[in-house]
Amino acid sequence: MTALPLVESKGRRRAAPTDLWSHALWLTGTGVFAFIYLPLLVVILYAFHDANIVAWPFHPFTLRWFGTLVHDRGMVDAAGASLKLALLATGLALAVGVPGAFVLDRFEFPGKAAFERLVLLPLILPGVITGVALLTFFSFVGLSLSSGFPLVPGWPVVLGHGAALTSVVVTQVYARLRRFDRVLEEASLDLYASAWQTFWYVTLPVIRPAVLGSALLVFTLSLDEIAVTFFLVGRQNTIPLQIWGLLRRGITPEVNAAATVVFAVSVVVIVIWARLLREDR
Amino acid sequence: MSATRSPRRYGRLLFAALPIGWVTVLLLLPYLFLFAHSFFRLVDGQLTHQLTLENYGRLFGTALYPNTILFSAGIAARVTLASLCLAYPLAYLLAFKVRRHKNLLYMAVIIPLWVSYLVRAYAWKIILGQEGVLNGFLMSVGIIREPLAVLLYSKWAVMLALVHIYTPFTLMPIYAVLEAIPPALKEASTDLYASRWQTFRHVVLPLSLPGVVAGCTFAFVLSMGDFIAPILLGGNDSALMVSNLVVSLFGVAFNWPLGAAVSVVMLTMTVTLLTMARKLEDRWGGGPAGRRLDAPTTGGMGRGALHA
Amino acid sequence: MAPILELQSVTKRFGDFVAVNDLSLTVAPGEFITLLGASGSGKTTTLRMIAGFEHPDSGEILMDGRPLTGLPPNRRDLNTVFQQYALFPHLTVRQNVGYGLRMRSTPAPELDQRVGEALDMVQLGGLTGRLPRQLSGGQQQRVALARALVNRPKVLLLDEPLGALDLKLRKEMQLELKHLNRQLGLTFLYVTHDQEEALTMSDRIALMRAGRIEQLSGPREMYERPSSRYVADFIGETNMLGGTAARRHGDSARLTVGGQEIQATATASVRDGDPAWLTVRPEFVQVAGPDTAGPRLRATVTETVFTGQVTRVFARLQDGSGLTMHWPAADSVPAPGTVLDLTWPAERGLCVGD
Repeated sequence: MTALPLVESKGRRRAAPTDLWSHALWLTGTGVFAFIYLPLLVVILYAFHDANIVAWPFHPFTLRWFGTLVHDRGMVDAAGASLKLALLATGLALAVGVPGAFVLDRFEFPGKAAFERLVLLPLILPGVITGVALLTFFSFVGLSLSSGFPLVPGWPVVLGHGAALTSVVVTQVYARLRRFDRVLEEASLDLYASAWQTFWYVTLPVIRPAVLGSALLVFTLSLDEIAVTFFLVGRQNTIPLQIWGLLRRGITPEVNAAATVVFAVSVVVIVIWARLLREDR
Repeated sequence: MSATRSPRRYGRLLFAALPIGWVTVLLLLPYLFLFAHSFFRLVDGQLTHQLTLENYGRLFGTALYPNTILFSAGIAARVTLASLCLAYPLAYLLAFKVRRHKNLLYMAVIIPLWVSYLVRAYAWKIILGQEGVLNGFLMSVGIIREPLAVLLYSKWAVMLALVHIYTPFTLMPIYAVLEAIPPALKEASTDLYASRWQTFRHVVLPLSLPGVVAGCTFAFVLSMGDFIAPILLGGNDSALMVSNLVVSLFGVAFNWPLGAAVSVVMLTMTVTLLTMARKLEDRWGGGPAGRRLDAPTTGGMGRGALHA
Repeated sequence: MAPILELQSVTKRFGDFVAVNDLSLTVAPGEFITLLGASGSGKTTTLRMIAGFEHPDSGEILMDGRPLTGLPPNRRDLNTVFQQYALFPHLTVRQNVGYGLRMRSTPAPELDQRVGEALDMVQLGGLTGRLPRQLSGGQQQRVALARALVNRPKVLLLDEPLGALDLKLRKEMQLELKHLNRQLGLTFLYVTHDQEEALTMSDRIALMRAGRIEQLSGPREMYERPSSRYVADFIGETNMLGGTAARRHGDSARLTVGGQEIQATATASVRDGDPAWLTVRPEFVQVAGPDTAGPRLRATVTETVFTGQVTRVFARLQDGSGLTMHWPAADSVPAPGTVLDLTWPAERGLCVGD
């Protein structure tokens, strides 16, 4: 007898208010989702705006701003520089970050904790601090911001991106290595492979999705980087800085067109990254 | 193990030397140089290597600098709170309520994290501007006659944009911890007569606190250090976040030592905050075992570390 | 025949913990030998030292009379089937099986042929293009086996290879492994904690305890003539009655159990006055007739349990210690409280030391 009312009250209590809360939750969630996406949609929409000033009402639809973009010398140069920078930064971050992840996973040495913190610092710190720190350093060692131009957009900005984004490769690859079952390496050694063959034929292929994924992330982050770039850039602007410059003269649909292109490239890269990760599960 | 190690010792050493050397030269040294610069003296606009404390004297002796730091912290605190209020419900919804396309929706929420910070900041300029979309829309439906100038170029516009930018950052770690809560725990709580609210209050919320701490630390540190949104949206009112000071001290004023001193103060605040956050997470998250590089906490914070 | 594998006083420590303690073992070619033991008894460490993943602190391991010391795993003529199979997740079944041959630069036609044969041998001919994650546990197990066998190693090391399979599959694979061992004439060194598995497959079993071999013998002998209380307890089900040894004479001794003196077969170095145990398997315990000769103990039935194959009858002796027997299926089961005189064939009652 005593058990029955308890069970009943449990059931009753659940029924009515649940729905109300549920509805409120769904409503809030949808609202937040809209808050995240609406501004981006506005930017993209106004890239197809058939008027010279970005203002209400929206005039549909033209592709001419993308044409303007293609013929904008400054923008094209910036795009070239950004691509070159992103590729170089990705290469550097991989070359250092993959060994870095192995060092964290498999080496014990004094100062390892400090090394770990230091690698991660650029991810956690506001970009301004990393930017000015690198600026003081390069200026002290006398490396000119335009050095290497036009071969590269400037060594300081290349090295700066590489240094700041190494952390991305390290975290991604380290996370994968921690899931890696080292018995696979023993199996390979047992099957007559040398240590080097084991690394090449077993370890590297297994962590390859994480390595590629981190490369994609570094690439988009470099394309989009503004704080560190702001301090280290030499004569040649990158895409974000070029957009930044245009913004100061007022918002034109051309800026939106540029933003839309950058946005589209980033989304594609991120989607590939997400697929890589899912396959790796 | 020892035999596989000893013959390859030399090779391993070389292998380790690359990342350690790189990090030392391109991260440790620059941060140390920044620190050193904050003690250099500026003589007639020329940087000298004489050591002095006068940069810090000026920093703390002039009302502008402490005030700006406090002002930035105030903005960051409000942005953090607002981001948390927006992110938590959506994270909860994604983790527990959404059944179909859950991963797709989650990806959709965090994609903006990775794409074009600049676009997200200036989107608000298009929306809030005097001739912007919002004013135009409000006028066209007749709510207002004249365009509202107050929308843009205020600290409110800056905060709005920062909330928009950092809400996904806050969401990510919260979602990750919520997602990791075994459904059986909620069922067990219900089975033991807890109401929905009690289950949330006594089970879900405590377990999600490490994620909340990580997300909030994230939002606070990054919004406090932001300098793009204030320039774009702040007008006179708040182009004066602390990072803007750093930018102008390094750029326009060319007073690197003072700029470095302000940076060092920011750095100290950030590192202190992160250390505190780590301690909190350790307390709430089951000790160091719960804190891993790949875990969505401040230990591995940053966009790169933050996939679940 | 000259031994194919020989361990001479091998010792391995991890810090203060002695994992393997002065262990010696000789394995004949074609033999199926099992290292049996509880976790922490040193069996896996022994296997890993033979494979080359661990290195003895002292002692020597010889294969075909030549010391293996200093040889890395990839230069040892033996292969391992790992506990969780350790299949390479990014390689197909065919590539997994061919991995060892590829590392030894085997020409492509020979490689293909041998991989094909190995896969046929474990009946996986149809699945060559699959990835490991697309296979069932049993299939993965067979791939792991083929991957080792294809290299025609001199010795095959198996580290609890059946542990992850369900009972039915495990029984099937036990027989299959036994057949492979016979058919290929290949030496198997098998590690397990499952005594039934060890009894089923092995030519000889080395029962390990705290880094040493407690008893090394064939399965039947280990079951019927355990050398110590530990072995008797580890292998199969048994009754264990504590007492004192007396009047040791050759193979026989008398044992004082609960005030009664019992005749028993002494298997170990039990001396008069030593604490000793009388061990007798439940299937040999029976109800004594009025004129039955041999050992005799009076006990009261406390409980009976039907388990399908047999009915277990639990009884209590006068001194309070318990005794279990298997009740004949044809007879009616006694009620609790029934007082029985129990006996067993004298040669089945063993007197063992600790």
